[in-house]
Amino acid sequence: MRVVLAEDLFLLRDGLVRLLQAHGFEIAAAVESGPELAAALAELDPDVAVVDVRLPPTHTDEGLQCALGARRQRPGLPVLVLSQHVEQLYARELLADGTGGVGYLLKDRVFDAEQFVDAVRRVAAGGTAMDPQVIQQLLARRSGDDRPLARLTPREREVLELMAQGRSNAAIAGKLVVTERAIAKHTANIFAKLGLEVSDDDNRRVLAVLAYLDHGR
Amino acid sequence: MTTDTMNGNGRTTGRGIGLAAMRGLALALVSLPGAVLCFCLSLVSIALIPIGIGIVTTPYVLTGVRAFANSRRVLAAEWGGVRITPAYRPLPKDANPWARTFGMLRDPATWRDLRWLPVDMTAGFVTALLPAALLLYPLEGFALAIGLWRVFPDGYWYGFVPVTGQASAFGAAALGAVLLFLAHFLTPRLLGFHFRLTRAVLGSNQRELAERVRFLTETRRDAVDASAAELRRIERDLHDGAQARLVAVGMDLGTIEALLDKDPAQAKELIAQARKSSVEALSELRELVRGIHPPVLAERGLGDAVRALALRLPVATEVSVDLPGRAQAPVESAAYFAVSEVLANAVKHSGADRIWIDLHRADGMLRATVTDNGKGGAVIGAGSGLAGVERRLGTFDGVLAVSSPAGGPTMVTMEIPCA
Repeated sequence: MRVVLAEDLFLLRDGLVRLLQAHGFEIAAAVESGPELAAALAELDPDVAVVDVRLPPTHTDEGLQCALGARRQRPGLPVLVLSQHVEQLYARELLADGTGGVGYLLKDRVFDAEQFVDAVRRVAAGGTAMDPQVIQQLLARRSGDDRPLARLTPREREVLELMAQGRSNAAIAGKLVVTERAIAKHTANIFAKLGLEVSDDDNRRVLAVLAYLDHGR
Repeated sequence: MTTDTMNGNGRTTGRGIGLAAMRGLALALVSLPGAVLCFCLSLVSIALIPIGIGIVTTPYVLTGVRAFANSRRVLAAEWGGVRITPAYRPLPKDANPWARTFGMLRDPATWRDLRWLPVDMTAGFVTALLPAALLLYPLEGFALAIGLWRVFPDGYWYGFVPVTGQASAFGAAALGAVLLFLAHFLTPRLLGFHFRLTRAVLGSNQRELAERVRFLTETRRDAVDASAAELRRIERDLHDGAQARLVAVGMDLGTIEALLDKDPAQAKELIAQARKSSVEALSELRELVRGIHPPVLAERGLGDAVRALALRLPVATEVSVDLPGRAQAPVESAAYFAVSEVLANAVKHSGADRIWIDLHRADGMLRATVTDNGKGGAVIGAGSGLAGVERRLGTFDGVLAVSSPAGGPTMVTMEIPCA
């Protein structure tokens, strides 16, 4: 799997290259600035791009803008955005085109190599990987009032959180140490309580959840 | 504040009177042609701005006017003890003629100069000439008495005395003596009056300036206090939080090194703990950075930073933004934290279930309005969060207005100049 990597800090870039190579990824390019990233994405046509939000020359959100631009050129181009902080605003912008294949993670998540590599693979396969912080913020925002979310059991909330991060039922079952069938039952309950369409597609599932969290006031 | 008479203590000497008269004469002779020339050139130059020539010439002409006015300020201080503070706005050194011309024309001090010129060529001229005349005219009276009257066989009016012979010439001398006696009192005062007149027209409004200085001193003290407190908080947070955790990580790593061969299971446990500590240290640093300067503000500017803020509120919030370009970073930061504090207040105290935020920029003002449909009753006063917001805005000459009748709704408007 060919990866284009953009990160301006040498130490982190070097570490990410080694981490991804160790897990069998091929690094097509590892660049350190916005214009280089744009060029690499256009020329190399990678399977997935791993991009830092803040890149030179502007040191603002150049990386995010490059990724969004590349996805406009090539809809569905898988992009995993890494950031020193997570901001719902950016998560929404990434999810806005509804084509999936996006991820938005805190840089800290790299500490857990397995989880991080899993997220890269999920994004490359067209799924989503949203940082737990984004989801927690969204859920915290909703839980204050007596909306449908309040009717969820604690276990269902846990499942919803993992589902919104972009995980499959199998992965959620593994994480919560229960059977996949139990998770399927939970998800059906969640969808019923939230009034969401049931869908087998992982990606549409996440989009439905986020759409609910976004507009389901 | 300033001494207005020639030699300060009010005692006038013969030499002082002569000096004042000579100075008055010199002033009158220089000020009339100087003021007329400056005034005409300025009028012509400004009139020529529409056809372009004025844009090139006006800065030079106005610089000349300033030099003329400044020379008078120097004389007022040296001869009259009257201090007139120049208050010209600085112009950038590399400004083009266009910017120089309009920069100078926008300066109120320029218009004070131009207003002063006609006053100087009339009232200023008279008040400068009078001290000299008051001293020189009596001399003519004495000269008539000594024999000058013979030159005028057909009679001559000295003041109100018709001089026709020696007798009436002595009358003229008597009048001269009276005038000279008056001059003793009046000459220095007249010259002082001239300089006070100059100050009244040319000087900037001292009271306004003093008031401004007082305000700036106060807001600067607030800003210094606030930033010192902020630094102490950051230092404490770093010391108690991230720094302590990193030390713990280091200690864990040391222990792991020792345990690696003896007890791999426990070493593995410690590795997990070290990783957890490092993640916690990072998240604490992140919070700290957000408190100092939110990353989204640095990356996207005020509009999106406030939108991001609204997304985190537990209350449904609508944000409308109309901000062309970005303001200076300190202004953006002040506006962000002010809005953030007002929002926190609204969420905590108003009991509202809807909030509207409106950000826009017009006429060099950044205006932020936060409205909620809560129960109202918010006041700016000691101890309320709004007083802190007001101080924060004060540093930037910003203002805060609160409309919050009991029963609601509450509307807080903040305005910061950001030219």
